[in-house]
Amino acid sequence: MCGIISVIDRSKAGMDGSRIKHALSLMNERGSGEGAGYAAYGIYPDYADYYALHLFFNNLVEPKDKVDEILRSWGEIEYEEEIPTIEQPDLRRTHIPWRYFFKPDCSLMPGSTTPEEDIITMLVMKINTSIQGALVYSSGKNIGVFKASGWPETVADFYQIEQYEGYIWLAHNRYPTNTSGWWGGAHPFNLLDWSVIHNGEITSYGTNRRYIESYGYTCTMFTDTEVVAYLCDLLGRKHGLPEELMVRAFAPPFWDEIDRMKETDATLNSAIRLTYGSALMNGPFAIVVATADGIVGFTDRIKLRPLIAAEAGDRLYISSEEAAIRRMEPNLDRVWMPKAGEPVIGRVKQ
Amino acid sequence: MLCERCIENCPYGTYRREGETIVVDSRNCVACHRCVAMCPRDAISIEEKPIDYRSHPLWNREAREAIYNQARTGRIVLAGMGNASDLPNIFDRLLLDACQVTNPSIDPLREPMELRTYIGKKPRKLEIKRGKNRDIELDTTLSPNLKLNVPIMIGHMSYGAISLNAQLSMARAVSDLGTFMGTGEGGLHPSLREYQNNMIVQVASGRFGVDIDYLERGAAIEIKIGQGAKPGIGGHLPGEKVGPEVSQTRMIPERSDAISPAPHHDIYSIEDLKQLVHSLKEATEWKKPVFVKIAAVHNVAAIASGIARSSADAVVIDGFRGGTGAAPRVFRDHVGIPIEAAIAAVDQKLRSQGIRNEISIIASGGIRDAADVTKAIALGADAIYIGTAALIAMGCRVCGTCYRGLCPWGIATQDTRLTQRLDPDVEWQHVANLIRGWTLEISELMGAAGINSIESLRGNRDRLRGYMLDEAMMKVLDVKPVGA
Repeated sequence: MCGIISVIDRSKAGMDGSRIKHALSLMNERGSGEGAGYAAYGIYPDYADYYALHLFFNNLVEPKDKVDEILRSWGEIEYEEEIPTIEQPDLRRTHIPWRYFFKPDCSLMPGSTTPEEDIITMLVMKINTSIQGALVYSSGKNIGVFKASGWPETVADFYQIEQYEGYIWLAHNRYPTNTSGWWGGAHPFNLLDWSVIHNGEITSYGTNRRYIESYGYTCTMFTDTEVVAYLCDLLGRKHGLPEELMVRAFAPPFWDEIDRMKETDATLNSAIRLTYGSALMNGPFAIVVATADGIVGFTDRIKLRPLIAAEAGDRLYISSEEAAIRRMEPNLDRVWMPKAGEPVIGRVKQ
Repeated sequence: MLCERCIENCPYGTYRREGETIVVDSRNCVACHRCVAMCPRDAISIEEKPIDYRSHPLWNREAREAIYNQARTGRIVLAGMGNASDLPNIFDRLLLDACQVTNPSIDPLREPMELRTYIGKKPRKLEIKRGKNRDIELDTTLSPNLKLNVPIMIGHMSYGAISLNAQLSMARAVSDLGTFMGTGEGGLHPSLREYQNNMIVQVASGRFGVDIDYLERGAAIEIKIGQGAKPGIGGHLPGEKVGPEVSQTRMIPERSDAISPAPHHDIYSIEDLKQLVHSLKEATEWKKPVFVKIAAVHNVAAIASGIARSSADAVVIDGFRGGTGAAPRVFRDHVGIPIEAAIAAVDQKLRSQGIRNEISIIASGGIRDAADVTKAIALGADAIYIGTAALIAMGCRVCGTCYRGLCPWGIATQDTRLTQRLDPDVEWQHVANLIRGWTLEISELMGAAGINSIESLRGNRDRLRGYMLDEAMMKVLDVKPVGA
């Protein structure tokens, strides 16, 4: 089932994590206490030029040495530490969350137009597939994911998320089905700038995975949400599609609708379906994707999962439930139900 | 009652009248069921081979009879239809998935279910530019693609191999459904021109029937390199089938044997194939998709990747169960590989090289029902060709004696007394019904799997499970075993 909520302050004013914690725990009926997580943008202003790599280590002996070695050979570690946590009675600490602030050495990836991102992507794939006991689950600049197996309020207190101030927050309350409630399986999923929260099940996962893997991504987290982050990176970053078109590829209009469009629109939409048919996501889902520039929420083409949006001043909220939004902000200017497949977009003001 | 309908209907001379009785020579019977279907008294039943040889696991009936046959003639033994050896069928050992609780199944009666499929090259990525008012404008031009309402087409069976009435029935069906059929290497008879927008014209090694008019009439062009029933060898239409109409359509003299050589005499390498694709594209001003059909052989994946690097828009892979009018039995039963493994290998190879978008995959060879179609697409095919199934819809009983030109159902024959038995006004509906019925079933299977668009089924091997398949096979197919 799962519950999701997200907020952006378009003027980039910071919000601490206390309200979203309450909103997420309001939706505990949608979770099972086996996974919850938060992502926040703008939380590391002092290290804004460095990639904040968040990892789960099983221990600090073998896997960490290997990670240190690979990172040092590809760039410079500016600072590293164990992510501060406070023990919680109902949370079993099965991993050690660690963070590095890392700058890749662009000269090591000649021939790439985006060497920094490509090095980071490569390192994430490499560490996750080849180093036993280490998992990179967050790898963007000035953003961080905080997740674990537990109830939303427990996970929030464990990481003390009220200490962080971000202008975008994503939060997810998990009811696991496909994979057990392990820490890596909790949402949000992140790669570089992209973070994803997802309620539902992607029935096209096999198709999407085969597609994305032919572009050099490797799915390692045994869950369908991961593939969404990689698809966003491919279509949004590498292929340079604007958010509207990216969402259009994921949840395109039906052919019947395309046939009724005027010619230029029909041509564009057919081209999207023909080119990105393998990126089309099927099955019930409500997803929010974030980058440093904003958030996009959308559902599957027949809206088999709930999604509601609301605005209050500069803030845009997207959630599974209106009640959760109202827990964060009781006085809303506007509340609406987006149509199936129609994106809700919140961009930061330039 | 001595109506003699059995005598009239049997072209193989199984029945004769002696005085007041009908006498049967069962050795002539091929089990085509024509007499059974036509007998007004329901007096005929057919039992397969009631006289048995002494059983032997190695020297079975087929082995012994092939030897008697060859000892008598000293020739290659001919056979019809597809592979008749008792090899396991992979499709039967793949099971499909359905939704329960965690994701809802979709009801095709209430929700749209999209089977529309485009065959042809797709760009790797779209280029977008901003026009006036910062509007999004497309800066990529797509190659012409064939639009199929359903991912099921009818493969190439030539006029000559089958009758004009059979072709007319199928052409009318595909045109009604918004899909396509192949002409085979037999040219395009003038009476088929009204369906030409739904016909794929074939260019094979004999080049029979090929001229610019023929190429321009087709919706797409298919170069035939090989076929699943007889990989590596050519074709042979015996002169007795080449009457005036066939002669004109194929552009060859009447009563002459039409021999298609094993290789195209202008294709001895992949570069040569590339040039032929290019020539056909040039000749038709780059307006028509060009397909290349190959038999599923051991190295099919590498060959397909070579084809993908040409201007070709689709590769047709014909598995070892693919049918034919006539093939040497030794080829039909022993050469080539199953279509299931071929699809999996080709899709995987193209993806690993990042060129899957360069080409569509059309699979054929032994596809019997909607489940086979669904599984073929889940393994990675874009669309499929049927052949035998369409013939069965028109009455074929798979007696396997197509090569004798005496088809009692008027399909694989040019004898007008036999071809008139097939009424295109009736049979087109049977062919259309078959494809329509499969389409409904595929929609239901997709809906049950929580998928409302065929793109999300294509290559979705997570929705397949192998049952009683060995580990090596499952690795090739990239499917998990049941329970995993």
